[in-house]
Amino acid sequence: MSTAAAHDDHHHHAPTGLKRWLFSTNHKDIGTLYLWFSFAMFLAGGLLAMVIRTELLEPGMQFVDPEFFNQMTTVHGLAMVFGAVMPGFVGLANWMIPLMIGAPDMALPRMNNWSFWILPFAFLILLSSVFMSAFGAGNPAAPNFGWTFYAPLSTEYGPASTDLFILSVHMMGISSIMGAINVIVTVFNLRAPGMTLMKMPLFVWTWLITAFLLIAVMPVLAGAVTMMLTDRHFGTSFFNAAGGGDPVLFQHVFWFFGHPEVYIMILPAFGIISAIIPTFARKPLFGYASMVYATASIALLSFVVWAHHMFTVGMPLAGTLFFMYMTMLISVPTGVKVFNWVATMWRGSMTFELPMKWAIAFVILFTCGGLSGLMLAITPVDFQYHDTYFVVAHFHYVLVSGAVFSMFAAAYYWLPKWSGVMPNKLLGELHFWSSLISVNLLFFPMHFVGLAGMPRRYADYALQFADYNFWISIGGFWFGLSQLLFLAVCVLCAMKKGEKAPARSWEGAEGLEWEVPSPAPFHTYDTPPVVK
Amino acid sequence: MATEKYYVPESSPWPLAASVGLFLTAVGGAKFIQQATDPDTFQGSWGMPLFFVGLATLLFIIAIWWRDTIKESVGGLHSNQLGISYRQGMLWFIFSEVMFFGAFFGALFYTRWLIVPWLGGAGSNAMTHELLWPSFQAMWPLVKTPDGTTTQAMGAWGLPAINTAILLVSSITLTIAHHALLEGKRGRLITFQAITVLLGVIFLGLQVEEYIHAYTEMGLRLDAGIYGSLFFMLTGFHGAHVTIGTIFLFVTLLRVIKGHFDEEHNFAWEAGAWYWHFVDVVWLFLFVVVYWL
Repeated sequence: MSTAAAHDDHHHHAPTGLKRWLFSTNHKDIGTLYLWFSFAMFLAGGLLAMVIRTELLEPGMQFVDPEFFNQMTTVHGLAMVFGAVMPGFVGLANWMIPLMIGAPDMALPRMNNWSFWILPFAFLILLSSVFMSAFGAGNPAAPNFGWTFYAPLSTEYGPASTDLFILSVHMMGISSIMGAINVIVTVFNLRAPGMTLMKMPLFVWTWLITAFLLIAVMPVLAGAVTMMLTDRHFGTSFFNAAGGGDPVLFQHVFWFFGHPEVYIMILPAFGIISAIIPTFARKPLFGYASMVYATASIALLSFVVWAHHMFTVGMPLAGTLFFMYMTMLISVPTGVKVFNWVATMWRGSMTFELPMKWAIAFVILFTCGGLSGLMLAITPVDFQYHDTYFVVAHFHYVLVSGAVFSMFAAAYYWLPKWSGVMPNKLLGELHFWSSLISVNLLFFPMHFVGLAGMPRRYADYALQFADYNFWISIGGFWFGLSQLLFLAVCVLCAMKKGEKAPARSWEGAEGLEWEVPSPAPFHTYDTPPVVK
Repeated sequence: MATEKYYVPESSPWPLAASVGLFLTAVGGAKFIQQATDPDTFQGSWGMPLFFVGLATLLFIIAIWWRDTIKESVGGLHSNQLGISYRQGMLWFIFSEVMFFGAFFGALFYTRWLIVPWLGGAGSNAMTHELLWPSFQAMWPLVKTPDGTTTQAMGAWGLPAINTAILLVSSITLTIAHHALLEGKRGRLITFQAITVLLGVIFLGLQVEEYIHAYTEMGLRLDAGIYGSLFFMLTGFHGAHVTIGTIFLFVTLLRVIKGHFDEEHNFAWEAGAWYWHFVDVVWLFLFVVVYWL
């Protein structure tokens, strides 16, 4: 076969040095880049959160002025959503999807590298404004309108850096869309013979559906920021009632992106948990097909629930009711998932290695966040909760003890495959217990202060919230510092310090990724494996 | 097909270089817009050159990146399976473009069916109307905004109708070219593809004519209220896509003349054709909901 011969001609061995990382076309290296980038953004966004929690340690204004505080909440949210969680999952997709479906690489390897390298530049733009702000250049120097950048805060009243922010969002969108196209094409076109769709690991399924959501909604976000840009500089009236537009239009366009975005940040987590629980319960996943259908249902419903973020904005009653019922409907497929995870553990031979600990913590704490979401879905009570710390508690339960915990679970589960060594047990245990306790100290009391009426995004609060906020801040610092333990775990693995990992690193692990050696060779599945 | 090896390219500097180009384009673009539209607040004029340097870098890098790809393809490195990857990738890219236009169409429907009637006092908004702009009258197209800016609506049956006909005919000529490609009739392929490119250029020329007419004679401008905003953003982005599509078809035409593409290896050609049909369909929606109804 001539094409195969031509391919062998310049068959490459692992490139070395800087070139290996800068010019990579290798899904494993690009995955590693994504994961380190995500972790760096997690620490950067975490630092901003530390500023927030320092200011809120006591009532009154102590450390920063309110203007700087607004910039902290804004950039913390943006860095975590677009810098930490999304790229983190893309990194996992890069590493694991080709290994799981027996593909030689991602379908479009150069585009894959482009998707990655756009991100550091986009965040250079976004984060540089924070540094300028911290050193007193421009007032305000960084975006200060909240991560949802509602008009007119971001149009009429947005700082000068808003335009740079808009362009950096465009760049993140380009990166996400190309990354998502790569995932979909890889899954549809590069599966090994015999790997039928309904045999794919759930992580692949959830990512396939996530990628669809990304392609569907990132362009809508691009549309929203484009309207912002023209409203700011070219006199259009999209979000200006005097010209016949409406600031609420921004909220509709934003949340049409924003709600599917929420599931973009959680569906891959469902896939990870569905890989880990069967391994350590030593039982096949309960209800595989129903998991696939539940994921698809959640994704489809995510397009018709967006206005539940806007119940207090003033919508016709019919619209409010529609969005309320659709939102509550989402708890059905989500409930199917939680039921299936629990049913998988039922009468399993369970052991509690690190990935399993994180996965069980995920199931419990994510369900907590899901239940507070159900409370928020009920319109009349949402009028009370809207824009309070109850909302902050809700989405941090699903995003931190949900999405982020799932990524820790994934890291501990697959680090042996990536690095060839088992993650350090002592540090890992410390990291887990320390994070588990501190994350609840950090976010659980937020429910109470929120229900009692403490509004979010304020630099100060009424005296009766002082005790709770003190402990919330302590939890925050504790959780933040705990992540340095994870950094140590990762660095040790990267330096290959630790117990050597066998190909099948966990006793009960099933799947193609455990058939290849640990660490996974530079190229895997040059010729596809046959899946029975 | 299972025995064929999937082509994984060697490491390449172009993705990183293109990211640098995109970065310069973004920073330059933001500064360019600020300095051009608000020179009092934003001193200096370095945005424009930086923007063009960035854009030139980006386009140049993409061009040599794709030159590499074309070389690999002509060199026989691309398997059928890779061709399928490209095709699927292109279709999903077009889907993302559809959703981008969807955002603006959504804004149009929301404005027309909800915002404007509400500003006029419909539903439970009688007080909004009474307190903010009591003399405002809801209408579509919105030729008089709440703050009193007036404009005129663009009719459908002049240039826009001619442009609709041009794009529909271009779709047919492109399909004839497509059949000619699949049947190996190169002469007919070149003729009809060239006609398609020409029709694209004529369409763009007429759009420019229409914009000049709107700005100089009708007072229909980007800043003439929400109708002008939607009109120019929707038709403008469509025009930008027609421009890209025309360049796309022109490049594949040059490649046809060079002897590229045959019945089986024709991804770039078909991608260009799909893209063209996509901008056609978007235009039909535009014609109906922006110009006509």
